[in-house]
Amino acid sequence: MSGRVEIEIPARADYVSLVRLVVAAAAELESGLDPPRVDDLRVAVSEATTNAIQAHIRSGCTHPVKVCCQCADQAVSVTVSDCGPGFDVEALPEMPPPDSPARLGRESGMGISIIRALSDSVDIRSGPSGTELHLVLGQRQPADT
Amino acid sequence: MSVTIRRCEEPPWTVLSVGGDLDVVGAPDLRQAVVAAVAEGSRLLTLDLSDLDFVDSFGIGAVVGALKRLRQRGGDLAVVCPTPRIRRVFEICDLDKILALHDSIDRVGSIEPTGSKAEARRL
Repeated sequence: MSGRVEIEIPARADYVSLVRLVVAAAAELESGLDPPRVDDLRVAVSEATTNAIQAHIRSGCTHPVKVCCQCADQAVSVTVSDCGPGFDVEALPEMPPPDSPARLGRESGMGISIIRALSDSVDIRSGPSGTELHLVLGQRQPADT
Repeated sequence: MSVTIRRCEEPPWTVLSVGGDLDVVGAPDLRQAVVAAVAEGSRLLTLDLSDLDFVDSFGIGAVVGALKRLRQRGGDLAVVCPTPRIRRVFEICDLDKILALHDSIDRVGSIEPTGSKAEARRL
């Protein structure tokens, strides 16, 4: 089984649910991933797409956000590309531990951590002309996570 | 699907039943509902996520914000989260370690607050 789906969406938050719907449907039709892993994919893609949309909104970029989903047997890879101002991938703050008072001060900035936790691999390339996030999600068991 | 929020009183708890998608679009509605409940005096709040279809970091952020707002006022937050795919996102963010996740709303009236006064003072 294999299949490729490409979507271009306006940089508006209300398009995120559409991307989740399309990518999850493609994964269900083409990859054979179990439903819990499709749920993980839905969350990871939501995070990546929302980050891209917000990058466009912050920078005033009017170009569409691009999402490319490639399905293989028991694995899905997704690339989300934006034309935002980019960020320092190495400087992403770590999540404070749960017993730290600072943890309750963190109400945002969890998206990349969640993507990394759910995906088998994540590659982020970011620069002044934009960011490309590539994730691969396969059929691992919950015990592996 | 957008988020739906229904509020009811189960003294001493105020219950917000949240359905639909708690994402970048839906999370602000939850924040607004929590702010309103606290402003009207609620200090013990239950979020019933039994009908929630989806949550991501924006929904988690709104829940963290609710927890912080309540504990700063000596109150507490309980979350009813029976759906494994929703609970999984909470666990990835370690929220299961800082608030109570419950499987059922049935005994919400008997839930003991877990937040401490010491926690409230630290925030």
